[in-house]
Amino acid sequence: MVNVAALGVAVVLFLVVTVLGFAASRWQRSDLALLHEWGLAGRRFGTLVSWFLIGGDLYTAYTFVAVPALIFGVGALGFFAVPYTAIVYPFVFVVMPRLWSVAKARGYITVADFARERFDSPGLALALALTGILATMPYIALQLAGMKVVIAALGLSGDWPIIIAFAILAAYTYSSGLRGPAMVAFVKDSLIYITIIVAIAVIPARLGGFGHIFSAAQHALAARPKPGSILLAPGQFLTYGTLALGSGLALFMYPHAITGVFSASSQRVIRRTSLLLPAFSVVLGLIALLGFMALAAGIKTASPNAAVPQLFLNMFPAWFAGFAFAAVGIGALVPAAIMSIAAANLFTRNVYREFLHRRCTAAQEASCAKIVSLIIKLGALLFVLTIQPEYIINFQLLGGSWILQTFPTVVLGLYTRWFHGTALLGGWLAGMLAASWMASTSAFTSPTFALPTPFGSQTAYIAVYALAVNLAVAAILTVALDAARLPRGVDVTRPGDYV
Amino acid sequence: MADPVEPKLPRRRWYWLLLAPFVCLLWPPLYDRVAPELFGFPFFYWYQLGWVMLTALVTWFVYRMARDDG
Repeated sequence: MVNVAALGVAVVLFLVVTVLGFAASRWQRSDLALLHEWGLAGRRFGTLVSWFLIGGDLYTAYTFVAVPALIFGVGALGFFAVPYTAIVYPFVFVVMPRLWSVAKARGYITVADFARERFDSPGLALALALTGILATMPYIALQLAGMKVVIAALGLSGDWPIIIAFAILAAYTYSSGLRGPAMVAFVKDSLIYITIIVAIAVIPARLGGFGHIFSAAQHALAARPKPGSILLAPGQFLTYGTLALGSGLALFMYPHAITGVFSASSQRVIRRTSLLLPAFSVVLGLIALLGFMALAAGIKTASPNAAVPQLFLNMFPAWFAGFAFAAVGIGALVPAAIMSIAAANLFTRNVYREFLHRRCTAAQEASCAKIVSLIIKLGALLFVLTIQPEYIINFQLLGGSWILQTFPTVVLGLYTRWFHGTALLGGWLAGMLAASWMASTSAFTSPTFALPTPFGSQTAYIAVYALAVNLAVAAILTVALDAARLPRGVDVTRPGDYV
Repeated sequence: MADPVEPKLPRRRWYWLLLAPFVCLLWPPLYDRVAPELFGFPFFYWYQLGWVMLTALVTWFVYRMARDDG
């Protein structure tokens, strides 16, 4: 059944962001036929824009649907998103200004550009680019899956609403580049903040306060066929800690996060933005607790993903539920646009220009990126219309483990050239294979792996185990290749590039 | 080439403070308890949410102290 009031509010808000998305091409106007203008908005964003952009980019629609759904489904373990999004910012504060500095000095658009020059290895650069594209594709598809949840909650059926939404998104990303999602991010983040402030002011009071919410949630979780709890079991400690650590280290290896960082106008902007971004993590923590509120409200749904939308429909007047759903739906547009731009930058710089068309002009480079961004979105759309959402989530879990395998090259490579480029490529390959094999033992349904050790089986996040394999192989190969005198190639970056 | 400048003595020793959130958040036995509660939140939840804000404060402090070094 179509909810007219909710749908009306959602459609109006969607029209507003469509106009903004197209108008963004005139913002800080410059030549959008250059890749760094289209794909990085000319590296001109200040702290305010970067905060809205990176916040809107990282806290995706899928996050807002999946995190409370996980809490609703299993309890305390789902709260790992909070320590994860807390520890990530000290890391960003220290590492990302350095990466930005070398990228600015040498004109890099992607991290693969950095690997190419630092380690003089086109193979390593290609590995990084393909990992980025591969990890990003299912992530874009998940944004669509998040959008499908709210479209269904609005009472619409069929595939046409999502096709229309994506056609519009594709058109303004093509014409405005990164400026499009940057402008839409202002609306998205404002809607999210308003929604969560209202939800936290209204829902706990109607459910008898937080004390009652937690105890009712504990009862509901304990009564499950597979009982959960609002606290962790001792066997979950390592899982919880490694999920937080691995996700935290992986987040800024994703191309869309790097694109957000590279679009900042200075190192100072990155540092100040990383001081302010935890505001989003507080919001995420409160959104996570909506999962407990849905439990306390006695909501039963076929899929845990539908629990929070159902909670909103029960607790709010229809027009405000529409507002909240629009917040999530528009929330999908910002990251989906940035992800497709970032993946297009990778393909253009590190596949097209490196291997297919070495002497391409600046204009050909930018138009390649624009077209690839369309193809990537079309691929994600086909993905979400034809493949079951469970499978997409499994791809995304695997994507997180894959993207972390670029960490040694990108982060350690920023500080030391001790590793041999070919050894880093070997470590990457070993890490990718280890992650894929561990995931295959659960038929790609679980992000964790139980490692048999002398102290009993230790269950931890696959990405972290695979990173350990990666580092060990890279270190051993470095020693071996240096002993065999395999040439290291020329590092064209200069110490002065890293400030 | 830029003008040759004396390398500044980095004040990066403050950066070590940034390890605190990692230590305090990544080892759940430290905080996997219900008591003491705050505003109805079990310790597990308010401790971690509190650390999100504390992490921002620690990072801000480090930013202030190490700022001279760009």
